[in-house]
Amino acid sequence: MLSFLKNTTSSLASSGYQWINDRLPVDRAFKTHMSEYYAPKNFNIMYFFGVLSLFVLVNQLLTGVWLTMLYNPSGEGAFDSIEFIMRDVEYGWLLRYLHSTGASAFFVVIYLHMFRALMYGSYQKPRELIWLIGMAIYAILMAEAFMGYLLPWGQMSYWGAQVILSLAGAVPVVGDELMLWIRGDYVISGVTLNRFFALHVVAMPIVLLGLVVVHLLALHEVGSNNPDGIEIKAKKDAKGIPLDGIPFHPYYTVHDLVGVVVFLIVFCSIVFFIPDGGGYFLEKPNYEPANPLKTPDHIAPVWYFTPFYAILRAIPSKGLGVIFFAASIAILFILPWIDRSPVKSMRYRGLLSKLNLTMFAVVFVILGICGVKSPDANPLGLSFIDYKLVGQICTFLYFAYFVGLFVIPSFEKTKPLPERVTS
Amino acid sequence: MKKLNSLILLISLALSSSLMAAAPSEKLPPISIDPLNRTDSLQRGAKLFVNYCLGCHSAKYLRYERMAQDLELSIEDLQANLMFTGEKVGDPLTIAMSKDEAKQWFGAAPPDLSLHAKLKGSDWLYAYLTGFYADESRPYGYNNKVFPAVGMPHVFEDLQRNLSEKDFNKAMYDLTNFMDYMAEPIKKERIILGRWVIAFLFFIMLPAVLWLNHEYWKDVH
Repeated sequence: MLSFLKNTTSSLASSGYQWINDRLPVDRAFKTHMSEYYAPKNFNIMYFFGVLSLFVLVNQLLTGVWLTMLYNPSGEGAFDSIEFIMRDVEYGWLLRYLHSTGASAFFVVIYLHMFRALMYGSYQKPRELIWLIGMAIYAILMAEAFMGYLLPWGQMSYWGAQVILSLAGAVPVVGDELMLWIRGDYVISGVTLNRFFALHVVAMPIVLLGLVVVHLLALHEVGSNNPDGIEIKAKKDAKGIPLDGIPFHPYYTVHDLVGVVVFLIVFCSIVFFIPDGGGYFLEKPNYEPANPLKTPDHIAPVWYFTPFYAILRAIPSKGLGVIFFAASIAILFILPWIDRSPVKSMRYRGLLSKLNLTMFAVVFVILGICGVKSPDANPLGLSFIDYKLVGQICTFLYFAYFVGLFVIPSFEKTKPLPERVTS
Repeated sequence: MKKLNSLILLISLALSSSLMAAAPSEKLPPISIDPLNRTDSLQRGAKLFVNYCLGCHSAKYLRYERMAQDLELSIEDLQANLMFTGEKVGDPLTIAMSKDEAKQWFGAAPPDLSLHAKLKGSDWLYAYLTGFYADESRPYGYNNKVFPAVGMPHVFEDLQRNLSEKDFNKAMYDLTNFMDYMAEPIKKERIILGRWVIAFLFFIMLPAVLWLNHEYWKDVH
């Protein structure tokens, strides 16, 4: 009797699955993107950050949905509702800290993911479109984070938004009208908060999800790059499977699980033990409700925007500053066409290329520090230099990286590429 | 390849440590706070708070009942020792003084203190509370080391006169401790839960996924 039941249910289940599969390409999609997607077997630690970005995205979406249920998007109620979540809602504090720490974690993993692409030339032909879509994701993510940061309606939320929105005012002729149009009011007000809320919880996430799907589809069309920067599809076996490729599932699914758990250990340590992130993830002035009549002593955007903010501040004229600020992000979009090296990976480029990339990473970090600091402050207590000057030097070096990327390959000798991937 | 990896690690380490070094330092002596073991101190701090601060400052995000639960006090103790003006136990710690009047009397309305420890930092609070000194040029005869020309009178004047310096500092520590609690009542719960979560991830999840990964990757060369 029992076995009869068992057989019936299992045959029902399999015929049900077959019914769906005849009408929707479940098996085919799983094969194309998982069990028969062949990824290079020599991925290293830098290849965790793509899947981690996806993981953090899911975290943001899930915690975001629950926060939306409890948050009050109005100038009068926003700040109070955050404290309501933190104190009166069961595990509301956990939802909020997961979301606020998740925002910073998102940028950490995205920056490392992008740096990986710079190291191994993952933006080069035939992956230019993946890079372009990725940059679009990054731009949308910045907008998403910026709008989300206004929602707690604290002092830094308010004044940080004020500073960034005033950039729109630098646009010639229509600047003031443009600012008015974005804010929906003559100052940042409840009206602005309401529209930012709508964009943050509905519009931007939809665009973000769509772009992520396209990013992955484009990746799976051309196949993944690897630390050697050679195409594994060039060497295939009799069945047409790349010799250096392994099925993404189960090999990289189990491999990525390790990355996810290690990430979670670091992430949860911050969520549970230092959720303010030393004043960088949740800034101190944000524990005071927004007050349009009281400007804080020192306004700095959240850390993940500070490198670009430092570039903005480095230029003495506001109009020119905004142009450099926009250029510093825009130039990343055309990276695949700036780099003229015949090899992808840094491993097979010369010392000068390696130094150029290292310089870029260091400069990016220093710019980030400059953006946090007051421009008149002296780094390391050195009286002959201030952060403004450091920011100016680093702005120059930031753009110099791209010049280097364009010029160095014309004379630099590259190392011979291996036939097969090295482990 | 190994070199490149260690380079990245170095860069990310440099990034995190330099960010830490860039933290806004106010050069105040740090005070140590132990969120897991401070109930006695919090009880004394709460008493100081309702007696000395709650006349002018509200703490509108904290409820009396919640405070009693977290401070391991019975409702009877709460009503007898910490509630004076006929509020209900579910009410928040609000005050009757209007903002406009307060502004006339002190030059600025006394801020709500629920989140003050997060806003200013506990080190600053302790330095402020112990930092009043006599200054005849001020309307109330006192000034403050970390908040020059502060509008608040030295409300602990008699306390400071009657207690030894050590006991007074201890009382101000209790008050700071209480305000730290008040700014984040779930702090203790957060840390205790966090230890379990990290232990679970580290001792169960990590070995499990490492083993799984090892089993699958055995045959990849």
